[in-house]
Amino acid sequence: MTPGQTSAILDVRGLDAFYGQAQSLFGVSLQIARGEAVALVGRNGAGKSTVMKAIMGLIDRRAQAMTFAGHDIRTRPTHHIARLGLGYVPEERRIFTDLTVAENLEVGRLPARGGRQIWTSTRLYEIFPNLGEMARRSAGHMSGGEQQMLSIARTLMGNPDAVLLDEPSEGLSPLIVEQMGQAIVEMKREGIAVLLSEQNLAFAATVAERALRIETGAITFDGPIEQLMDRIG
Amino acid sequence: MSLSFMIAQFLNGLASASSLFIVASGLTIVFGVTRIVNFAHGSLYMLGAYFAVTLMQPLLDLSRSFPMFLLGLLVAAALTGLVGLCIEVVLLRRVYRAPELLQLLITFGLVLVIEDLVVRIWGPLELLGPRAPGLRGAITIAGSQVPSYDLFLIAMGPLVFGLVWLVLHRTRFGILVRAATQDRDMVAALGVNQSLLFTGALFLGGALAGFGGALQIPRAAASPQMDIAILTDAFVVTVIGGMGSVPGAALAALIIGQLNAFGIALLPKSTLVLVFVLMAGVLIVRPYGLLGRPEPLSLRVAVPEGFTRLMPPTPALWLMCGLVVAALVVLPLLADAYSQKIAIEVLIFALAAFALAFLIGNGGVVSFGHAAYFGIGAYAAGLAVKRLGFGMEAALLLAPLAGAAGAAVFGVFVVRLQGIYLAMLTLAVAQIVYAVAVQWIEVTGGDNGIVGVWPARWAEGRVTYYYLTLGVSVTGIFVLHRMLHAPFGYALRAARDSAVRADAIGLDVGRLRLLAFMIAGAATALAGGLYAFSKGSIDPTLLAIPQSVDFLAMLLIGGIQQIGGALAGAAALHLLRVWALPLGDMWRMVLGLTIIAIVLVSPQGIVGGVAQLVQRQRRARTSS
Amino acid sequence: MTLLVVKNLHKAFGGVAAARDISFEVERGELVALIGPNGAGKSTTFNIVGGQLAPDRGAVELDGVSIVHKPPRAIWRLGVGRTFQIAQTFVSMTATENVQMALQSAATATFGLWRSAHALKRDEAVALLDLVGLADSRDRSVGTLAYGDIKRVELAIALAGAPKLLLMDEPTAGMARGERGKLMQLIVSLARQRGVGVLFTEHDMDAVFAHASRVLVLVRGEIVARGTPAEVQADPLVRRMYLGTYVGARTAGGDGAGGGA
Repeated sequence: MTPGQTSAILDVRGLDAFYGQAQSLFGVSLQIARGEAVALVGRNGAGKSTVMKAIMGLIDRRAQAMTFAGHDIRTRPTHHIARLGLGYVPEERRIFTDLTVAENLEVGRLPARGGRQIWTSTRLYEIFPNLGEMARRSAGHMSGGEQQMLSIARTLMGNPDAVLLDEPSEGLSPLIVEQMGQAIVEMKREGIAVLLSEQNLAFAATVAERALRIETGAITFDGPIEQLMDRIG
Repeated sequence: MSLSFMIAQFLNGLASASSLFIVASGLTIVFGVTRIVNFAHGSLYMLGAYFAVTLMQPLLDLSRSFPMFLLGLLVAAALTGLVGLCIEVVLLRRVYRAPELLQLLITFGLVLVIEDLVVRIWGPLELLGPRAPGLRGAITIAGSQVPSYDLFLIAMGPLVFGLVWLVLHRTRFGILVRAATQDRDMVAALGVNQSLLFTGALFLGGALAGFGGALQIPRAAASPQMDIAILTDAFVVTVIGGMGSVPGAALAALIIGQLNAFGIALLPKSTLVLVFVLMAGVLIVRPYGLLGRPEPLSLRVAVPEGFTRLMPPTPALWLMCGLVVAALVVLPLLADAYSQKIAIEVLIFALAAFALAFLIGNGGVVSFGHAAYFGIGAYAAGLAVKRLGFGMEAALLLAPLAGAAGAAVFGVFVVRLQGIYLAMLTLAVAQIVYAVAVQWIEVTGGDNGIVGVWPARWAEGRVTYYYLTLGVSVTGIFVLHRMLHAPFGYALRAARDSAVRADAIGLDVGRLRLLAFMIAGAATALAGGLYAFSKGSIDPTLLAIPQSVDFLAMLLIGGIQQIGGALAGAAALHLLRVWALPLGDMWRMVLGLTIIAIVLVSPQGIVGGVAQLVQRQRRARTSS
Repeated sequence: MTLLVVKNLHKAFGGVAAARDISFEVERGELVALIGPNGAGKSTTFNIVGGQLAPDRGAVELDGVSIVHKPPRAIWRLGVGRTFQIAQTFVSMTATENVQMALQSAATATFGLWRSAHALKRDEAVALLDLVGLADSRDRSVGTLAYGDIKRVELAIALAGAPKLLLMDEPTAGMARGERGKLMQLIVSLARQRGVGVLFTEHDMDAVFAHASRVLVLVRGEIVARGTPAEVQADPLVRRMYLGTYVGARTAGGDGAGGGA
């Protein structure tokens, strides 16, 4: 084992994934260290979302090895993986529109594993003031940006050690994107590792140090994000 | 109409709305979370009533008081909840990812098993429960006598609604249930163990069903028939309200309660038709019910085997079919009279089951009320002979026409819907037809049905009638099979595979499905007509839910995609029944357990399973 | 007469405008590309032209005939063939049967109840599959084909109706780079030879700039720029709003990895 591996909170080796009969990921390998923010970039349909869904066990997948915080997660059900401390914020946000904002947060609440409850609804309302104002209102009445914030806040209620963030800036106005960036910085400050999928490389560079590029279901670049930006020019 | 009459009817309607809501809310919660339409919900209701009848007398002997009565209700509800919990843990947990058709059949298998258990434990006779202490009398309101117990029921509806609302909105469990109703996968991704949630939902749903059943014992005796009776009502309420929506169930229960109360008073025979018109009307305007929402993920009713390719018939297949037909031709020479009778029935069911396979396997139109068309054919033939003086030949021509006409009338509504709503509407339609057959006594003879429907003189002999049936069934199956391989069958499968793509290449999906519905209805009605003449009598059980489930079970046993599946399934099921019938009422248990076992073990059915084995071996051979 | 005229199209979903005041035209024989980030309204525009969606306001005319509020099946019969962003095919059938189905529909044979459909229009279907480069896989079930090949089946289906207008939502998604260029060239030559107008969306900017006659740039439901590929590429607004974020194929050679499929 290389030293890099031992410190990895999420370690994926040779991940294949399938939608029905069609294979959509081909031997994806990636490692993320504790507290590290990594950008997963690539064009539409390259497989960014699929990587995240496959790690969470939301689609059929197989891997040579896949551990989170030292636990083998290849055959664990989705809710086990989440309870190990791996949070997931889907691209479509998938907030519960029939529930209030506060209830959405309640669904995400999990007992803290280390004993220390870092994220509470009170703290999250401070970080996302809009959510606090709308706590008792139906989440279905929120704008796209507010839904994105709620989706992130809901995942943080589980006190995760790492978060898979799928396209957090998609379809949002520059102002909201900026707030999103601040939230990610806040998460890093609490020691949460982040895997962030992005089409917006400029935004990714503001929060991530390292980048992985995925093309047609396979990783084709793994290195400092500046290096990737230089190449693209 | 006097004011006091109006008030009495209104209160009467409220009381029945309360009862309906309590039962339906359990059904809708279970569906919302698990996406399973639980046929056994009616059985849980029945169990609640029996539990209450058994518990209440000893409890009231301790203290003849109203609180004791209330305690009895709650204990009965809790026990029923535990039964629901066991059902989830033992059975439902294994089929969450299975096609809806299998989920439905497995819960119907449970209906049969529980019905038999109830008869074994409590006997086949009705059991009267004690009246509620303190609520035996009546109160005069605006000049009319209203039973006090009705007022108690009227109060229970809102009370249960309030409690359910509190559970769903003020407890973590309830919030998770509502979240899971909307997006199950996301709830799992947030670390929630769905199994616990589903178990909890079945407990809550079971307890509500049981409470609803227990509440009925002072008004009506507990009987082994009350499961199916309440099931249709509860389905109609949940479908009109929107499946998964508790407020929707409340609204629909209120509407139907009043419709029934005033409908019975004004147009005594029309209530079921009114309910159907209401249901069809609501679903046309709002295809997901009053307060329902479209399925979060595209919910399409899949067939057990998935959608396999329809292969052009090979010479080997024709040879096999030829051998089977040849065997059927020589069969009467070898069989005794009783076996000939059984064989006639198997051939008739095979035609009806093949028509259903045509509809489900190729049209993707999952009909839960197939018996309606079988019964329409039987009644059309019987009535033509008895009331119009037709001969057998003319009656057998009329039967498919009646079936097609019935399918056209109902199909116009049915084919507009999707998935589970479509299936539920077909079921409701079948129950309407059933009710008409039972209630329109002057024409249909009610429960007694029609007797003396005998074949024409030339077809009177059993062997002759056997050959007539063989000829008609084989021809019918052959014609349906031709249609499947004709452009129409292709277009039908295309619409099933992707309605969006079919529409984008000029196919009129609605018309294709309607025509398929009519063709299947005609073929099934023809089988029904043959059945009427083979029995010499007709009664409403031909149209009842168990008959519809029989047809589905035949496909389940035989397999949907193979041409021989319907025949094999009809033969297997019918022989099983003939074999199990001497066991007395036990045959229901045998049938129920068989269905459950097949769903769990070989969802492709017998022929499907064999075909898969053959295919696997062939593949192994070619690859080696 | 102009083949397709789209005027002042507007469509909102739950208060969010997916298409605002969209107007453009497509002539016979030309390829018009509709590009823009995710959620810009490309598929909404496609679905309105194809009849899958009804607009809140606006007009769509094909050869001078209004096709707004017509069902997709009627629009197809007027000469619009299309592919979908998420490919829509008949998964239980072979590639040939998929195309046969479309050909049989074009010949209005689909209510035929007796004559076997297996051989009906088969030769024509095979010819169309040859044309789109799928001759080898024609008897495979589409459920087992690679995504790029399923897109080819869709193209063959769309061509079966001898369309005047082709709507193609990401026609080269799931294909290897070399195949993309070939497919786009095929579409260009079809458009030229048969006088078919093509409206397409594409995330592969190489395909867009190499093959489109004109480009429309859609951002948040509005057309923010239009012109020849060169004009659009040079537009500073477009560079900032869309192309700036594009991780393009230009750099792929530099990695030496070249993609998986």
